Amino acid sequence: MSIPTFKELKKNIKKDLTSIPTIKVALLGDTATQFLAIAIKGIGIERGYNIELFEADYDQVERQLLDSTSELYSFQADYVVVFQSTHKLLSTFNETDVDKQRNIADDRLEFIKMICNSVQSRLIYFNYPEIEDAVFGSYTNKVKSSFSYQTRKLNYELMNLGQLYPNLFICDIAAIQNKFGRDMMFDSSVYVTTEMVLSIDSIPYVASRTIDIICAAQGKFNKCLILDLDNTVWGGVIGDDGLENIQIGHGLGIGKAFSEFQQWVKKLKNRGVIIAVCSKNNEATAKEPFEKHPDMILRLNDIAVFMANWDNKADNIRKIQSILNIGFDSMVFLDDNPFERNIVRQNVPGVTIPELPEDPGEYLEYLYSLNLFETVSYSDADADRTKQYQVEAQRVTLLKSFTNEDDFLKSLDMVSEVKQFDKFNTPRVSQLSQRSNQFNLRTVRYTEAHIERISNDNNYQNFSFTLSDKFGENGLICVIILEKKDKETLFINTWLMSCRVLKRGMENFTLNTIIEYAQKNGFKKIIGEFIPTPKNIMVENHYQQLGFLPLNATGQNLYVLDIDNYTSKECFITTK
Amino acid sequence: MDNKEILNQVQEIFRDILDEESIIITGDTTANDVEEWDSLTHIQLVVAIEKHFKIKFTSKEIVSWKNVGEMIDNINGKPK
Repeated sequence: MSIPTFKELKKNIKKDLTSIPTIKVALLGDTATQFLAIAIKGIGIERGYNIELFEADYDQVERQLLDSTSELYSFQADYVVVFQSTHKLLSTFNETDVDKQRNIADDRLEFIKMICNSVQSRLIYFNYPEIEDAVFGSYTNKVKSSFSYQTRKLNYELMNLGQLYPNLFICDIAAIQNKFGRDMMFDSSVYVTTEMVLSIDSIPYVASRTIDIICAAQGKFNKCLILDLDNTVWGGVIGDDGLENIQIGHGLGIGKAFSEFQQWVKKLKNRGVIIAVCSKNNEATAKEPFEKHPDMILRLNDIAVFMANWDNKADNIRKIQSILNIGFDSMVFLDDNPFERNIVRQNVPGVTIPELPEDPGEYLEYLYSLNLFETVSYSDADADRTKQYQVEAQRVTLLKSFTNEDDFLKSLDMVSEVKQFDKFNTPRVSQLSQRSNQFNLRTVRYTEAHIERISNDNNYQNFSFTLSDKFGENGLICVIILEKKDKETLFINTWLMSCRVLKRGMENFTLNTIIEYAQKNGFKKIIGEFIPTPKNIMVENHYQQLGFLPLNATGQNLYVLDIDNYTSKECFITTK
Repeated sequence: MDNKEILNQVQEIFRDILDEESIIITGDTTANDVEEWDSLTHIQLVVAIEKHFKIKFTSKEIVSWKNVGEMIDNINGKPK
């Protein structure tokens, strides 16, 4: 994989887009954005989305955003992308009285706060790649009214705003300039002839970073990193060279490249990316460095699934997928061997497989350029994810020792805590709505702001469920949002569950909880809906299996359950 | 490289960037003669030509050409 060129992206938009889902995106810029618009559409297609784009006329940022009757608001975008350029900020700065130049960052921040409050959809705001105007030299760092000082302050405060407003996502195009340099980012002849401040080479990267955020918000992001070992995680071949001779560790030489690569992987693991190993080795040999080598950063408890054998890697990746229960399109596979990469690429479509450079010293900088692990949420629970998958592997082993499934479930001593949404669980609830693709009846994605709104709205009733058992905590794994349609009817707006608690009777426990609430509050029936997506086939018959009857007349996948005739379903989960 | 060879290579760039295999250009060709050649694709062509010949035009040069011939003279006049 690599970032396509602008020319390739332009060709993409001639493709037939009728079969892929549409996302409405509005693009507003204070410089010419035609090429960026083409690239955003083109990258969208690469990632499986038809981007229906509203491109505001040139330099209409303020008018479109501040006038509630503007074309922007009638377009009703899912995402509003705002690109206010450093170039134009510099012009404003230059035209401002010297004594007011120190307010440039604050003025802009006030404007951004204003649009955060008026835009209801998700707002993607580009940060500011620096332009050094060399008026003060390095002394600029001591001068509050210098342009560099103001730009850096603006970028710093934008990060703080991003934490304050859940619907604001900063698209870090300054990071692109940090990676490739200003001379790649900006092309003076392109600027002079077209008013575009991005070079043709940088536009695909900027578009890609933008679509990365949109994909992540749509639930499409990488959750798992699968690693080859020899010459990927350490230098050399453990089976041939032996524990003492593999290259790893600081000091002179290539070993430090592998150490730093492992540190990167460790940070991803701590952030909640699942790490798996897929290596052609004897298992004991492959595990030896993880257990015994003093310079290894990664240890066995960092690895959720360890596959070391002599089967082909495509089969092994399928096995990893079946244990983790996540889509192939959320997996990244790193292997130094082009042959292995191709086998996996040809046999397991969907997996992201970067073309690692030949020189291990270049791995990290290359991987940085791909921005493989975009996300739109981060919570403390993410750090425990690897542990949860390891525990899942233990459960699978225990299950094999029982012949009767009920006996197995009883032996787990499962306990669930049922709570309404609150400020502590809101981030996780929102995150689960973004991550869950398979066990998700309607696949409605919620930001933290949406969840807050719902929990304060009397027309809704909500539940969150945790599940723990004798092996450990699974954390918050199920979310229910009920809409009160009328005095008698509850509509299940959202029913989603983490796949790691499948087949534990959690569905029955959840339904019992819903019915208990409904009975106490005088409701007579419950309506559920299944909206099919390419990924949620596993819950196609969810409502029928729970005893709901189809509401045929509508032609939609609607199901109804009569509350008065409900008998509580058997399950082996107790309420905390 | 003579102008004819440069013209052939420029023609390939036009076909590639404008995504139209049938484009034929001569020294007299102007933007009016090629449907896909507008002010925006123009800069795409310029950047592609710069990359291909490893040269850099000045902004003044880019707006000065009246036809393909003048652009090719410009390419040929650049120090290698």
